[in-house]
Amino acid sequence: MSVENTPVLEVRDVSLGFGGVRALSEVSFEVKRGELFSIIGPNGAGKTSMLNCISGRYKPTSGRVYLDGRDVTGLTPNIRATLGMGRTFQNLALFGHMSVLDNIMVGRHHLLNNNALTGGLYWLSGARKEELSHRRKVEDIIDFLEIAHIRKAVAGTLPYGLRKRVELARAMAVEPKIILLDEPMAGMNLEEKEDMARYIVDLNEEWGMTVVMIEHDMGVVMDISQRVMVLEFGRKIAEGLPAEVMENERVKVAYLGIDDDEPAEAGSAA
Amino acid sequence: MISSSLIPCGQYKTSYAADTTIFLTPASRNWCILGIILAACAPLVLSNYLLALLIQIGYYGIAALGLNILVGSTGQISLGHAAFFGFGAFASAWLNNTFGVPVLLSIPLAGVMTTLLGLLFGIPAGRLKGLYLAIATFASQFILEDFFSRANWFTGGSSGAMANPVSLFGYELNGDKSFFYVVLAWLVVMFIIGTNLLRTRDGRAFVAVRDHYLSAEVMGINLTKYRILSFGISSFYAGIGGALYGHYLGFVSAEGFTILLSIQFLGMIIIGGMGSVMGTLMGTVFMVLLPEATEGAVSAIKHVTGDIPALTSALAYIKEATIGLAIVLFLIFEPDGLVHRWRLIKSYWKLYPFSY
Repeated sequence: MSVENTPVLEVRDVSLGFGGVRALSEVSFEVKRGELFSIIGPNGAGKTSMLNCISGRYKPTSGRVYLDGRDVTGLTPNIRATLGMGRTFQNLALFGHMSVLDNIMVGRHHLLNNNALTGGLYWLSGARKEELSHRRKVEDIIDFLEIAHIRKAVAGTLPYGLRKRVELARAMAVEPKIILLDEPMAGMNLEEKEDMARYIVDLNEEWGMTVVMIEHDMGVVMDISQRVMVLEFGRKIAEGLPAEVMENERVKVAYLGIDDDEPAEAGSAA
Repeated sequence: MISSSLIPCGQYKTSYAADTTIFLTPASRNWCILGIILAACAPLVLSNYLLALLIQIGYYGIAALGLNILVGSTGQISLGHAAFFGFGAFASAWLNNTFGVPVLLSIPLAGVMTTLLGLLFGIPAGRLKGLYLAIATFASQFILEDFFSRANWFTGGSSGAMANPVSLFGYELNGDKSFFYVVLAWLVVMFIIGTNLLRTRDGRAFVAVRDHYLSAEVMGINLTKYRILSFGISSFYAGIGGALYGHYLGFVSAEGFTILLSIQFLGMIIIGGMGSVMGTLMGTVFMVLLPEATEGAVSAIKHVTGDIPALTSALAYIKEATIGLAIVLFLIFEPDGLVHRWRLIKSYWKLYPFSY
């Protein structure tokens, strides 16, 4: 019961500074289990820095990050992955020389038990059996994301839209409690965006995965997110339902750059 | 994409098990088995000289595969592989001479000892990359060379160590013919293990660390652990190769394991194909046969022109220069190595005569 109530992710007063630059200032938020949560904000607002603090690439200057009630602030990214955190990157970060299948299998790293010794003895050690059983799980993800036709292709040779999908597949293979998506639709055309939005919604609704997403496309964010947080210059300026956030004066100012004393033009363009 | 385009039509996989075989097709598997059988027949027909070359290919090939796992698959660099190769040779001789461990057992034990040494010398790899790591491994080459010439208790110092031949049930497997089978068995086993390693969890982790270490870490891979582990595994292969080398020659001396041999190992994997198991073997064959071919070419020239004393006296240098030249030419014209060329040839004949 209490497990259901604890937020999957809790970020408490996280600040991040690079020398004199304050990338994040005391940002706090919670992501509930099964939620599709979006972080938006203008360029340089600190969205990716926030995600990096959550996934462990950056260590916050102050503040804590809790995953499923457990303090993960000091842990390295690989330990956070084993605790149930998956993520994709803004700029593609696939393993370029591996096949799509192997890329996704890497995501299952912490779920597999075979090692250099048992792996080398493949048939004798049970590594084969284990690999095959995980292959089945991976194929479920491949089916879901409709990338069966490219499963043997080398990841580095794929077009952009497909690579984004493979990256999502790889993050799913981790079987995380929470999945962090950094601009999953950047640089896609309308059709690809619609596909990706459908995958993310299905991921959230059918697979029951908690999703934190950074995205610039307002239409998509407002359509599919359950809650939205807005960052500007490293500060949280709004959080709430998409409709509420849309109506927030500070958000309008941040996005449209209107002065506070000219509210008359605000309504039309948001 | 090349691997998928090479699957002939009519090859349907109906189970995941059938899709994870080492060889893409049963035909290529059978060719490989045939190759091993032919190799096993080699002592019956080949002269001792050619057999010696094959044995050389065997122990160098094993060591080169280790380096390929480290450099080709994990994306690290090592300029000290020859030192680990040498450590394996000394370790096996030492275990056999000092403790009376039978040679067949001392070879794998030497591999384990070299692994531990490799893990130790691999620790800098947890922190260093690229050029800095190259220098650190360069240092390990010289530290070990110095150790070889000073540690009398272990290596016999500057006078070297005797290494006994392999004996089985009290019967000494002396001579090239019987030792060939020992090397062949190790070669096959080590290559199968290497192939299996690279298609399971830790092998994928190695390649992931090479291709994109940031996302590898986010996928739950401990970068430090895998960088060091890769050194350990590479040293295991070097140790086995070195132990075979020692027991084959019967005598181990520190002069055999210089930086030049380290560079030659790198040359083997560059020429064969980085990250490719079969490429390693191709590169080793190339590297072992190249000096022979050079010698043949020189003697052919002499046959035509009469004896040229300068050419004869420079033969050793010419051999080394051709190795350097081969590495440079491969880097320029075929950076993916012989294995890539081989794949291109195969796909050419698969599509022949309609190559579109």
